[in-house]
Amino acid sequence: MIDATPRTGDLLYSEIEEDLRASVRALLEKRSPWDAVLARTESAETTDRELWALLAGEIGCAALAVPEAAGGAGASWREAAVVAEELGRAVAPVPFLGSAGIAVALLLELDQRDLLSGIADGSVVAAVAVPFATPPGAATEWADVSGDRISGVVRGVADAAVADIFLVPTADALYVVDAEAPGLRRTEIVSLDMTRPLVDLVFDGVPARRLAAGAPVSEALTAALRIGAVLLASEQLGVAERCFAMTVQYLTLRRQFGRILGSYQALKHRVADLWVLITQAKAAARYAAECAATASLDLPVAASLAQAHCSTVAQQAAEECVQLHGGIGFTWEHPAHLYLKRAKSSAIALGTPEQHRIILAGLVNIPLPTLNEGS
Amino acid sequence: MRTTTATTPSLDANGVASRVREFLSGHDPATTDRVEFLRARFDAGLAWVHYPEGLGGLGADPALQQDVDTIFAEAGAPDNRPHLNIIGLGMAAPTILRFGTPEQQRRWLRPLWTGEEIWCQLFSEPGAGSDLANVATSAKRDGDDWVVNGQKVWTSLAHEATWGILVARTDPDQPKHRGLTFFVCDMHARGVDVRPLRQITGESEFNEVYLDGVRIPDEQRLGEVGQGWAVTQNTLMNERVAIGAGTIPRESGAIGELLRVWRERPDVRTPGAFDQVTRFWVEAEVARLTAERLRQQQAAGMPGPEGSGAKLTYARLNQQISSLELDLLGAEGLRYTGYTARRPVLVSPAERPAGWRFLRAKGNSIEGGTSEIMRNIIAERVLGLPPEPRVDKDTAWKDLPR
Repeated sequence: MIDATPRTGDLLYSEIEEDLRASVRALLEKRSPWDAVLARTESAETTDRELWALLAGEIGCAALAVPEAAGGAGASWREAAVVAEELGRAVAPVPFLGSAGIAVALLLELDQRDLLSGIADGSVVAAVAVPFATPPGAATEWADVSGDRISGVVRGVADAAVADIFLVPTADALYVVDAEAPGLRRTEIVSLDMTRPLVDLVFDGVPARRLAAGAPVSEALTAALRIGAVLLASEQLGVAERCFAMTVQYLTLRRQFGRILGSYQALKHRVADLWVLITQAKAAARYAAECAATASLDLPVAASLAQAHCSTVAQQAAEECVQLHGGIGFTWEHPAHLYLKRAKSSAIALGTPEQHRIILAGLVNIPLPTLNEGS
Repeated sequence: MRTTTATTPSLDANGVASRVREFLSGHDPATTDRVEFLRARFDAGLAWVHYPEGLGGLGADPALQQDVDTIFAEAGAPDNRPHLNIIGLGMAAPTILRFGTPEQQRRWLRPLWTGEEIWCQLFSEPGAGSDLANVATSAKRDGDDWVVNGQKVWTSLAHEATWGILVARTDPDQPKHRGLTFFVCDMHARGVDVRPLRQITGESEFNEVYLDGVRIPDEQRLGEVGQGWAVTQNTLMNERVAIGAGTIPRESGAIGELLRVWRERPDVRTPGAFDQVTRFWVEAEVARLTAERLRQQQAAGMPGPEGSGAKLTYARLNQQISSLELDLLGAEGLRYTGYTARRPVLVSPAERPAGWRFLRAKGNSIEGGTSEIMRNIIAERVLGLPPEPRVDKDTAWKDLPR
């Protein structure tokens, strides 16, 4: 048997969290309806800087997990996770996850408070220069350092298109690089998820400032990516819930063969199964957020559990959304494709479900098979 | 014993605890006869504290029950062996409380709670499973009695029960949902024949019950004549709650058994099985957290419909995980402990061999509402999707094809 069951903590939403959700949702509905999100994907400015300024400046979305002493709101990752749900629900093209999530977590872990206040008020966007697909605990040693100058290539970095600073982890240190520094070239790629544009970065002797060094850096990076995984799970929950709501609504309106589609058992049973998965995703995402907020010893389990489950559920919800809408769900004019692309990309981001299951196996003692050669 | 005349609406944890201690000071568990002790506990309103006064309760918050049970257990008091009277406590009692007359409540609830009288449920029939409202067992009025004829099936505990809750057709000229009436049947009455029903595991947990001219006095009717479907729905709601919810430790149940084999037996570990084991670990843990979240919602006074989902998941995981466990065991999985016809011994599933658990789990997606019916309930009652068009709602039951 494994050790005693960890304390579950509060898996519900507090009144303050519901108020925060309402503010974020109202702003997103007003400023970022899905057709505007779609139009932006084919524009020159794929990230919505104005929306981010409002979310960070007016509502304080980037400051939630930052202590008041460091210029933040002194809330916790629980509240940040509620914001992530709403951003997922709207597939909003803002750098919340990378800047207010992973970068903030990394700086908090290393106690680098002087950079935090700018990120917290939204005036600075920070991105950790690792590929978006990196799971917590993976090595990210792409950068060569020579006399505080960085060279190397890192591909597929999220929330980097509008970043003002990059946090660059090397084998044994963390550097900060100004996005406008000479020798740094960023190229926006065509991303599978058009609402979260990724960037390839080429560093050619770019001047950098060392923030921290030694073993704590790689531990801090793992912890930061883990917080990213927690927030991403809540984002995936938001994606799944929105897809599900669209699907159920369509099934109550559309008629074929003289009947409302939702009266067919074959379809009812599919959405009932999906509903069960989404109620589970909510429990898993909330548990992860609660563990992050309370620095629970079970956080590594909770984060990978939430990623392993919520990734799968968001993708299934988006796929069912496309399929159950029939022909219209396959068109550019319907929002389903935005959600499908977000869901599939975020299932790979910060580790695939399988990578997280392997992490879990190590944490809860599910031994890997040992294959006997030549037997 | 002190008697209370007034209601106690604002009884808190301290108030209840002091009543339990006062009761224990007057009834020493070490020296009091077990049944006498339980009867006195019922009379003191400390049986199920959320029930009304006079019926074993104090009209208190149901959340206080845990405290009461804990204090009694710590004092070494006997309990009412709830696992031996699951249908009585979980289904018959709430139905009697909701639909019974004061006389019926006084007659039945005390011996039910003390376990002196075991209850069973006479609902399903060979021709009425998921479509329970199609029951054909008839009850015809004869003077002050009803005369009942028919066959019931899947009746757990019928061979030990004193009473059975029975749904029967009293008006075949009405559409099927409207012609039913709910009764309490004396299981020792003339014409009641209980026969063991042998199941997939070889044992007989359940029975078939033949009712041949059984006379049931009208005072054993629960609810109005023709109101039987509403009463039945209420009873079944309690059953689904009883099967679906509850707090569970990490890695309990089927997943715990699977992991025990995986950890103890390096020889069974293959890459394909590893993938499945980790998938099931995730699913079982997520299901556990979902049940925990449901419990928190209920405690906060916001009961959600997630219970139906919990039952679906529990059934599926039990089946899939026990199947994988047999695969891991390989050649050992080909052996079974014995199909000899017998009544099952009451032990926890963990004490059962993997083959038995694989077979028994097949019932999980059938008993207490099939998984298909649970999905209909979620789709229609939770998601608001329209029902399938039906041909049997407005036709007289006797005219339906069968």
